[in-house]
Amino acid sequence: MTEPVTGKGIDRLDARLKVLGKATYAAEFATANIAFGVIVGAGGGKGTLSALDTAAAEKAPGVIVVLSHKNAPKLPGAAKKGEGIDRVVQIFQDDQVRYSFQPIALVVADTIEHARYAASLVKPTVDAAAAAISMEAERPRAYPPRALNGKPADSNKGDFDRAFAGAKTTIEQTYSTPDEHHNPMEMHATIAVWQGDGKVTVYDATQGISGVQKKIATVFDLKPDDVRVISHYVGGGFGSKGSPWSHILLAVMAARVTERPVKVMLTRQQMFGFVGHRPTTSQKIALGADAAGKLVALRHETLSYTSQFDEFAEPSGLCSRMLYACDNIRTAHRLVKLDISTPTFTRAPGEATGTYALECAMDELAYALDVDPLRLRLDNYADKDPEDDKPWSSKELRACYKQAAEKFGWQKRKKQPRSTRDGRWLVGMGMATATYPANQRDASAVARIKADGTALVQAGSQDIGTGTYTIMTQIAADALGMPIEKVTFELGDTKLPPTPVSGGSATASSTGSAVKLACLAARGQLVELAITDAASPLHGLAAGDVDVDGGAGALVSKKDKTKRESIGDVVRRTGKEELSARSDTKPKEDRKSHSCHSFGAQFVEVRVDEATGEVRVSRVVSAFAAGKILNAKTARSQFVGGIVWGIGLALTEESVRDARNGRVVNHSLGDYHVPVNADVPAIDVIMVDENDPFVNEIGAKGIGEIGITGIGAAIANAVYHATGKRVRDLPITVDKLL
Amino acid sequence: MQLFKYLRVVDQAKAIEAMTPPNARFIAGGTLLVDLMKLGVETPSDVVDVNGVPLDAITKLPEGLKVGAMSRNSDLANHPIVKASFPVLSEALLSGASPQLRNLATLGGNLMQRPRCSYFRDLAYDACNKRKPGSGCAAMSGWTRMHAVLGTSDQCIAAHPSDMCVALVALDATVYVSGAKGPRAIPIADFHVTPGTKPEVETVLAHDEIITHVIIPDTAFARHSRYVKVRDRASYAFALTSAAVALDVQGGNIKQARVALGGLSTKPWRSKEAEEKLVGQRPSRDLFRVAAEAALAGAVTKKDNAFKVELGKRTIVRALELVGGLS
Repeated sequence: MTEPVTGKGIDRLDARLKVLGKATYAAEFATANIAFGVIVGAGGGKGTLSALDTAAAEKAPGVIVVLSHKNAPKLPGAAKKGEGIDRVVQIFQDDQVRYSFQPIALVVADTIEHARYAASLVKPTVDAAAAAISMEAERPRAYPPRALNGKPADSNKGDFDRAFAGAKTTIEQTYSTPDEHHNPMEMHATIAVWQGDGKVTVYDATQGISGVQKKIATVFDLKPDDVRVISHYVGGGFGSKGSPWSHILLAVMAARVTERPVKVMLTRQQMFGFVGHRPTTSQKIALGADAAGKLVALRHETLSYTSQFDEFAEPSGLCSRMLYACDNIRTAHRLVKLDISTPTFTRAPGEATGTYALECAMDELAYALDVDPLRLRLDNYADKDPEDDKPWSSKELRACYKQAAEKFGWQKRKKQPRSTRDGRWLVGMGMATATYPANQRDASAVARIKADGTALVQAGSQDIGTGTYTIMTQIAADALGMPIEKVTFELGDTKLPPTPVSGGSATASSTGSAVKLACLAARGQLVELAITDAASPLHGLAAGDVDVDGGAGALVSKKDKTKRESIGDVVRRTGKEELSARSDTKPKEDRKSHSCHSFGAQFVEVRVDEATGEVRVSRVVSAFAAGKILNAKTARSQFVGGIVWGIGLALTEESVRDARNGRVVNHSLGDYHVPVNADVPAIDVIMVDENDPFVNEIGAKGIGEIGITGIGAAIANAVYHATGKRVRDLPITVDKLL
Repeated sequence: MQLFKYLRVVDQAKAIEAMTPPNARFIAGGTLLVDLMKLGVETPSDVVDVNGVPLDAITKLPEGLKVGAMSRNSDLANHPIVKASFPVLSEALLSGASPQLRNLATLGGNLMQRPRCSYFRDLAYDACNKRKPGSGCAAMSGWTRMHAVLGTSDQCIAAHPSDMCVALVALDATVYVSGAKGPRAIPIADFHVTPGTKPEVETVLAHDEIITHVIIPDTAFARHSRYVKVRDRASYAFALTSAAVALDVQGGNIKQARVALGGLSTKPWRSKEAEEKLVGQRPSRDLFRVAAEAALAGAVTKKDNAFKVELGKRTIVRALELVGGLS
């Protein structure tokens, strides 16, 4: 029998290719006769393009065309806005500049150098208009968003006002988080190739090939099947590649106009311009507790912003609806419209920012009640989902608290702030709860068992650097009963069965379930072919009495190992060289009667230089319960990666906008500070065993985003414990601690 | 395309000659010039590659250490004499940039580092007196967290970004240059200039002069020198504030002192005001604070950088504590 590989920390199957530079990313597909498009972005802010001088650019060497609102094809579909992740794009349909960095022209030339130089010659004249840049200034015009990830913007359970008024101990504070940009390593890039028959193939750095396909079809009025999107490797997305943005459509437009393949790559500076970001939030939290330290009232009001022409709302308050047992919970989300590009999903949208506010407030409540912060969490543990009273599909959060606290040494913490000093360093410890929804969406996959005893398993999907190729192969190998060497998994092509966007930590859950079911179905067919054929040595056996021994390339009777038949012989009996099965998997029925979330506990030690205010995270111990772990190694990387981003959220990351035009000032990796190695200590991740028979077919909850949740609060709480200073405005920079 | 001539030279005379075109630029490590060329801030007509000019020696002389202009930052930082006799220089170099950049960046290039002002680097802003003399300054009413509070003018507030230069100022280094009119020596404190009414001028180096080497004198205070840098992340970030200090303490009293500042000023900043407070006194925390107050007395702040005044003082005190044995 083949030993199961799911869960094992095997190396990434694509690691060697990546290290050798042989993994082909979107911008790297060799395409004959390709032309290069460089986007000219608006330098100032909102206004009207009263003139756009492209003459010099058009005359520059190698230039094929300069596209702008003056000559771009009119595309009625450009104004259409789909559901969910779809975004309103700016593709030269009018003379309006809606935000700084907005694409206003695309220079297409025979080389990237020619295109870049000519782009520098395009001279716009913009009649600047008064722009709304400040969220606070627009607060009086705040309005409720239509929806938050399909949930209502507001919630109201019990009677918050009465409960809060009657609470013995209360906390009421406002917490804020800044604009942040995703900053994946790989810049967004698109190659568009029209095939001559009205069909277009697009190589794109995307988290969602299907969304890109739909958007191109809508804008260019094509059948979705006439648009093929390919994305084999993605160098990180963090949400910025979840939606189809303007540059993709500009590449397709330019390829059509020039009748040549066109490649458009963004510069690092443009990455701060029009491919989404996390919007600023201002979150007002009110907590009320009774004498026993039980939460009796919880209110979480979030203000964030969106663009003037599209809507995205950072759903920070969702975590407050479900994290703690409380009878009176009110949450509200409001938006204002600013003259800034549309924000989007960013590294645990909502939960990253929301848990920062909620879990800081819980820490403040713990001090006000004079109870240990961990004790307060345990005293208010939610044994069912307070939002809808459904049972959890699984919840090993108590084990997370216990295991992480023990390993961290939480009981050694002295209660008083400023109670531990090591030379010039003030040392503090903080903790917080982590949580993220365990999503599952529709996904399809096909499994093909070949006559040579190998299998090919395919699903649209994307690998955004998380290890999707590897875990899908592991799931498939076990479901087929084959060793992993005999299984190949393909993804990243809209010709393959459709799967959801790689976002919301849902790929393992959704696509993994489809892969498993497709493989089980193919295996079932294989067994069925053997036992129903009189010529097979296995004829007449019950399906349950036959094993697939993929290593030996044979089907074997469980009761009599001498009864066997090669996979090849069985497959060939169909008259073909392969047999296949497809699964179109819906979210598991059990999810309707359960609430599905991952949970975790984050414990952090920080050292703060008393004189200079410099904060160093010196220790992190975290425990997560996220259902079945599919690959211990890639899973650990996901958790650690999330925590590292959490250090950035807490201490270093902020996209600063010029108050005059909304343009990001620190638009480079030298000036926008993501954590570097020196900012990141050893991170100890505990993966708590959790069996979840309800969440989906594979019992795995999704782990891409939970690592960044709670960590902002854990760090802020540790800084408070170290210094006695409560910073309610991220990031915690030195000036806020002086 | 923005074409430029590329010329590789292997001796000083040829290098100087190659700078005849007014818009020619030397390239050494290229860590800054290439960056600014990509941004369109620098558009040289001629790029003169001096990597082949043999100026990378680090030599001990009776009067001090002679460091060739082409010596790489990482070589200089890790040189045993620098580590032992000029610790402030080693610390300053190692606090700058990243290992990859330090492997390329040279002493000469670091002396010629241009400011990191976001508005200087972004052509979307027309107003930059440094880029386009007389065009104004977009930074003045923009985001000023990284900008200077000392040595500013109403034309420019860009902070000088170098760490190394701050250490050289504290070490009384002399910059040796050579040009068509022959060689000359420039004390490091006079090498850089404040913006005043000509922000486009950052050093006294003439266009056709090449930096050949720096001599760092072997002083009593050089061995007792430290560099403290405060920044927004633990590595690979420009200084919010930095201090290079050196003390010669004899018989319990400070005989000589050097206090130089980075991140706070438009040029690597020597604070004689602070030094005067220290000389002749017994080291103490109170004294250090008095010196720090004197150093920042002339600070002029903007909306986002007011915190740098107090942070700068604390940075100076920390550096003095480390050197004075009070930490």
